Amino acid sequence: MSSNDNKWIGESTIRPDGADKVTGRATFAADSTMPGMIWGKVLRSPHAHAVIKSVDTSKAEAFPGVKAVITSSDIVDFPIDTPFPLGIQDMRWMCRNVMARDKVLFHGHPVAAVAAMTEAIAAEACKLIEIDYEVLPHAIEIDDALADDAPILHDWMEFEGKPSNIAGVLEHTKGDVASGFAEADVIIERKFTTRPVHQGYIEPHACLVSVAADNKTTIWSSSQGQFMVRAMTALLTGLSQSDIRAIPAEIGGGFGGKTIVYLEPLATALSKKSGRPVKMAMTREEVMRASGPTSGSKSVVKIGCKKDGTITAAEGTYWLQAGGLPGAPVRGAVGCALAPYDIPNGHTLGYDVVCNRSKVAAYRAPGAPIGSFGVECVLDELAEELGLDPLDLRLKNAAKEGTEAVHGPVYPVMGYVESLESAKAHDHYNAPLGANQGRGVASGFWFNAGGESSAQVNITEDGNVVVTTGHPDIGGSRAGIANICAELLGIDYKRVSVLIGDTATIGFSNLTGGSRVLFASSMVVTESTGKVIRTLCELAAKIWDIDPDAVDWEDGAARPAGANAGQFEPLTLAELAARANETGGPIGAGAQVNTTGAEGGFGTHICDVEVDPELGIARVIRYTVLQDVGRAVHPAYVEGQMQGGAAQAIGWALNEEYLYDKDGKVDNPGFLDYRMPVASDLPMLDTHIIEIPNPKHPQGVRGVGEVPLVPGLSAVRNAVYNAIGVRFNDLPLSPPRILDGLNVPEAAE
Amino acid sequence: MAKLHISTTINGEPEEFLCAPNETMLDVLRNRLGLTGAKEGCGSGDCGACSITLDGTLVCSCLMLAAEAEDKEISTIEGMADGETLHPLQQKFLEEAALQCGICTPGMLVAAKALLDENPDPTETEVRFWLAGNLCRCTGYDKIIRAVMDTAAEMRGATK
Ligand code: FES
Ligand code: FES
Repeated sequence: MSSNDNKWIGESTIRPDGADKVTGRATFAADSTMPGMIWGKVLRSPHAHAVIKSVDTSKAEAFPGVKAVITSSDIVDFPIDTPFPLGIQDMRWMCRNVMARDKVLFHGHPVAAVAAMTEAIAAEACKLIEIDYEVLPHAIEIDDALADDAPILHDWMEFEGKPSNIAGVLEHTKGDVASGFAEADVIIERKFTTRPVHQGYIEPHACLVSVAADNKTTIWSSSQGQFMVRAMTALLTGLSQSDIRAIPAEIGGGFGGKTIVYLEPLATALSKKSGRPVKMAMTREEVMRASGPTSGSKSVVKIGCKKDGTITAAEGTYWLQAGGLPGAPVRGAVGCALAPYDIPNGHTLGYDVVCNRSKVAAYRAPGAPIGSFGVECVLDELAEELGLDPLDLRLKNAAKEGTEAVHGPVYPVMGYVESLESAKAHDHYNAPLGANQGRGVASGFWFNAGGESSAQVNITEDGNVVVTTGHPDIGGSRAGIANICAELLGIDYKRVSVLIGDTATIGFSNLTGGSRVLFASSMVVTESTGKVIRTLCELAAKIWDIDPDAVDWEDGAARPAGANAGQFEPLTLAELAARANETGGPIGAGAQVNTTGAEGGFGTHICDVEVDPELGIARVIRYTVLQDVGRAVHPAYVEGQMQGGAAQAIGWALNEEYLYDKDGKVDNPGFLDYRMPVASDLPMLDTHIIEIPNPKHPQGVRGVGEVPLVPGLSAVRNAVYNAIGVRFNDLPLSPPRILDGLNVPEAAE
Repeated sequence: MAKLHISTTINGEPEEFLCAPNETMLDVLRNRLGLTGAKEGCGSGDCGACSITLDGTLVCSCLMLAAEAEDKEISTIEGMADGETLHPLQQKFLEEAALQCGICTPGMLVAAKALLDENPDPTETEVRFWLAGNLCRCTGYDKIIRAVMDTAAEMRGATK
């Protein structure tokens, strides 16, 4: 099917949830209320690292207006010695993250929670809870956690036979790096650091939970997966999943950070104890202290090339901060670092390092920007050393169909080379630069993902369509699904309503994450719609009294398949729906599939910056994102993903970082000092969509959302080098760092 | 704490409410008046998700005491459309996909309307600086800025 034959796929239609969102009607997590509702509040640790010796809640319980108080004894314990995986999480860490058990592991770690008549009373009562702490030395930075005399966070954690803060290690090997480096004419090895950054969703975590006397529980919350909320809450509170109905509120951004629970199990326990619906919402300060972020990292990257630019070997070693409990995104770092290149000898190695910060959560292409950063910076330097254009160096080594990646897979057809060639030909790449301006390029990869999805497609009695899927819509996926369903049925997209079901009304569907939603949900919607079309053809066959195989579905109507089938006027969807009762009953179909065939995505970014040499401020003045998306079902929201990812990368590269005080407490837990890009910081963000359809997907979709974050860190950094001649290997490139680099250029090398 | 009785006008309608002296306008709108279109992204004046206008002036409702609403005119996102007819900004945001998750959208729209009320022909730079207090983490602002500029052009065309 060529794109020209399509009416809706490839059209930027108006989203089904649009009018609600521009009028303030859309209900986000904090917008729900219930009769009899009370408010919950979390008491958080004032220490970065301490043993909890005793907890006394009696004064809080006696405080007027308090209805329930919970501590770790109200949350199910998952013993350390028994792994309990749930998706990429482990309930041993989740139970300790939502409520500290014997130890607090970061400043802001929950230690108790109160439900009371008002939020103010709950907050007041939290202060009456008496906790006896034995304060321990803390380790915030990676080097603090890896030092010989480092405070060990977990006495059960060992690495190579010794107590350690290293929770795990992952590596990929291809060929023999030592002999590869021996063949190289030029070898460059550099050390890099990146800082932990928060996902930065504007909507703080919030939920409303009602547990009835028979344990029937309803949860309204903002998450990237209502089924994840149901499963984790059931496990952490001891309820059965069938008693919990998790309703996905509209979600005000997640970027990976809402793929785990924080408040839902606490509100559930409080509601059960108090017999009242309980609402909880984090403040921004709580979000910054106790949710997310992604890991900070340090790394060493070494790449060797022939004089002509052919890479002979590449090696990367990464240390990623996990926060107080294991689970840094090591797989993304070591898997994606070298993925854009055809490298004969490669080795990546990554360590998961615990430290006294909040437990990391997924952030857009988790780990991949960290893995990619050093590689794309070293390639930039190699290109200069060899006198090659940096895009030519990448083209020379670009992975293609048939390339065996260092992390294992053999690539199918894909559009990485096209992203590089389009970048080279782009007028941005060839535009002149002014004084103090520089241009940088970089590429990046993300795995993308399939997994479980369910959909139901129902035809209404008046011949319109309701599609229900199981994935929270975080960036316009409902609009893409409406396009696909309308296309298949041959009707106006406005006749298709797309809803997100709750855990009681749609079959199991995995998280919104990993760039999987449109890939997976369009597969189940396509299958369901195909079944509906078969039913419609059968109904027409019955009316015409011909064989169902002699009926075609075209342009929104059943038609005889050819002259031999007979002469009948087409029967439209509306006509068939109106006659459904006499011909066989309701028309609808569902599909539940563990989808496969998501293929990796590649992109290349071009960034221009201008550096103010006096103030040290680097400003992005032009930016272009080029990416193979497989198929852009709804181009405007595809562009939106590319632009949003680039903006987050620019923030990570230039400004965002946590500042800790000497007691291990975050000093900038708000949007004023944790500086995410604002409108006046950015230029327009140009996009160039490349469509090399994924052959394993009915519409050719690959997944879009994660890749655009990956190359941005190094594209910005390489641009700053070209502007001022200083190679910075530590992020962010904030004004003080740039000024330091300008004053002692050689120190930054 | 004894509650204060406040009489005000919200989206053109007279309104009365009781509030604590330290209660913010945002909390009153959301928790007492059922107007949940204004969002709390930070509670500290840094994100603009709670934007409303007070006698036509753009303010962060999280930084305003509800008691300050006495005898004033407040406009929120809920009052922006004219019945079934969306304001041109709302329509353009939909057409140009200027929202992804949509949590920043009510605040963006209220702020953008305040800009166009004051300056019907803003430059891109003026739009960017006017909206610099409205954070959006999803879009990279590109489509938002375009939608505001395009709406301004359209509204200028319509009034010529
Ligand atoms: S909530 Fe008022 S500015 Fe953020
Ligand atoms: S659309 Fe999500 S924050 Fe703006």
